[in-house]
Amino acid sequence: MGEKVLMKGNEAIAEAAIRAGCMHYFGYPITPQTEVAAYMSKRMPKVGGVFLQAESEIAAINMVIGVAATGKRVMTSSSSPGISLKGEGISYLAGCDLPAVVVNVQRGGPGLGGIQPSQADYWQTTRGGGHGDYHNIVLAPASVQEMASLTVRGFDLADKYRMVVMILADGTMGQMMEPVEIDNIEPLKVEKPWALTGTGMKRKPNIVNSLYLKPNELEKTNFDRYKKYTKIAETEALAEEYLMEDAEICVTAFGITSRVAKNAIKEARAQGIKVGMIRPITLWPFPKSTYMKHADQCKAFISVEMNMGQMIEDVQLAIECKKPVTLCNRTGGMIPKPEEILAKIKEVGGVK
Amino acid sequence: MATLNILYAGFGGQGILFSGRFLAYEGLLLGKQVSWLPSYGPEMRGGTANCSVILSDDPIGSPIVDKPDILVAMNLPSLDKYEDAVVSGGKIFVDSSLIERKVKRTDVDVYYVPATKIASEHDMPTLANMVITGKLLKEVSGLGIDNLDEVLGKIVSARRQNLVEYNKKAINVGYTFQ
Repeated sequence: MGEKVLMKGNEAIAEAAIRAGCMHYFGYPITPQTEVAAYMSKRMPKVGGVFLQAESEIAAINMVIGVAATGKRVMTSSSSPGISLKGEGISYLAGCDLPAVVVNVQRGGPGLGGIQPSQADYWQTTRGGGHGDYHNIVLAPASVQEMASLTVRGFDLADKYRMVVMILADGTMGQMMEPVEIDNIEPLKVEKPWALTGTGMKRKPNIVNSLYLKPNELEKTNFDRYKKYTKIAETEALAEEYLMEDAEICVTAFGITSRVAKNAIKEARAQGIKVGMIRPITLWPFPKSTYMKHADQCKAFISVEMNMGQMIEDVQLAIECKKPVTLCNRTGGMIPKPEEILAKIKEVGGVK
Repeated sequence: MATLNILYAGFGGQGILFSGRFLAYEGLLLGKQVSWLPSYGPEMRGGTANCSVILSDDPIGSPIVDKPDILVAMNLPSLDKYEDAVVSGGKIFVDSSLIERKVKRTDVDVYYVPATKIASEHDMPTLANMVITGKLLKEVSGLGIDNLDEVLGKIVSARRQNLVEYNKKAINVGYTFQ
C-alpha cells in the first residue's frame, strides 16, 4: 500500500488522470475547479505531457476532440457555465464515438450563478448536455479518494465503450482535502484500430466524423449506439448501500449530499428510526435495480439534492412509483444541514 | 477523541487555511480519519476566511463543521458569527490582541491568547495563526507537539523549508503560553 497524502479533490482528479495515462489536458480557469488546471500546469511538463490553457472552454473541448481522435487519453475540466460552453463539443465526441473524460465541478446556476457548490447540472449531465440522441457515462464521487479512483475508472470506461465519461463533482468535493492514495494504478489497455495514427501506407485511412447526410445511415449509428448503451446499463451501474438491510425509509443522495445525509442517518438510527441510504455512484447508467430491490421493503424514499429536484425523477422511475418519493433540497450554492435531513426523515417516518 | 470538529475563522491572509491543514496532517499522522474544507472564493482575497477540520476515529460523513467542538476565532466578526454555534462543553480560542470583547458563553472553556501580539514580539508577525495553534495543541487532549517536524515538513512547500523553524518556534511559544 502506498502512502496516504492529503489532497484537494481537484488535485486528486488531476493526479489520477496522469497516473491513468492521460498525457493531454486542455483547460480554462473557473472557480471552483481551477486547481485541476493549476495542478496540471505544474505536473504535465514534468511527466512529458501536454498542459494547455486554451483561449476558451470551447477551444479546450475542440482540442480534446483532436487528441481523442488519435486514440490518446485526454481530459478537460470546468465548472457549470463552462460545461455549457463545452456542450457542442461533447455532442460531437458522442457523434464521433470518441473516448474522453470531462470533469464538471459544479457551482450554482443558472447563468453565471455563483461559485458555491451545487448539483443542479444533474439533468444536463445525465441526459447528454448537448444536442442529439446520446448519453455520457456519469460518475459521482463522494470522497477525495473517489475523485481519484473514479477518474481512473472513467478513462477505462471511456476507452472500453468509446464514449465520453463525465465526472460530476461539486465545489465542496473539489475544494476539500482528505487522505488519498493514488498508487498501483493499472490502466485498462484497449486496442484502438479506429484511431487516426497514420496509415503507414499499410491500411485504408480511418475516418472520424459525426456528419451523416443520409438519414437511414444516421439512424443506424444511433441504433447501434443505443445497443451499446443498453449493454452499459446492464453491466456498469454502481451504487453504495448504507444501512439498507432493515431500512423502512430510504434516503438517496449522491456526492456531497450523501456525506451530509450520513450524519442525519446516524442520528436518526440513534433515535431508533430504521433508515438507510442508496448512493448512486453512476448517475448514468442510473442503478435502477438497486432501488427496485428495496422498493417493497421501504415505505418511503427521500431524495436529498442540491438543486430543485432533478434526480428525484430517476428515483421515481427506478421504483416505478411504487412508493412516495419526497424531496429534501437546497439550491443556489446552499448545502442542506444534517438537521434539515433528519427533520425530513422524521416527517416522512411519522416520528414526532 | 471520538470525533473533533474544529472551525478556524479569521481574515483572509491570517493563515487560517494553513493552520487547518496543519491540524489535518497532525490527525493523519495520529492515524485518524481527517477532512479539511476551506471557504473559497472572495473570502480568500481579503474578507473573512474559515476552514472546517474534522479528526475522527470513524469514517467522516459531512466535511462541514456547523457545530464546532473547537472554535479558533482570529477576528471579531468570526467570534460574533460562530460563538453560539460551539457545542456546550466545547473550547474557544480567542486572539485577544485583535478581539477586545470577552466570550459571552459560560458553558465552554475559553482561552485568550494575544497571538498577534506574541507573534510580533518574537519577530514573526505573520505567524499568529501558529501561536494560537500551539495553544490549541496544548489544551486539546489527544493532540500535541510530538509530530511537529514531520507535519511541518509536509505542509511547508519544498522551496520554503527555511520557514519550518519559524513555524516550530511559533507553535512552541503558543504551547508554553500561560
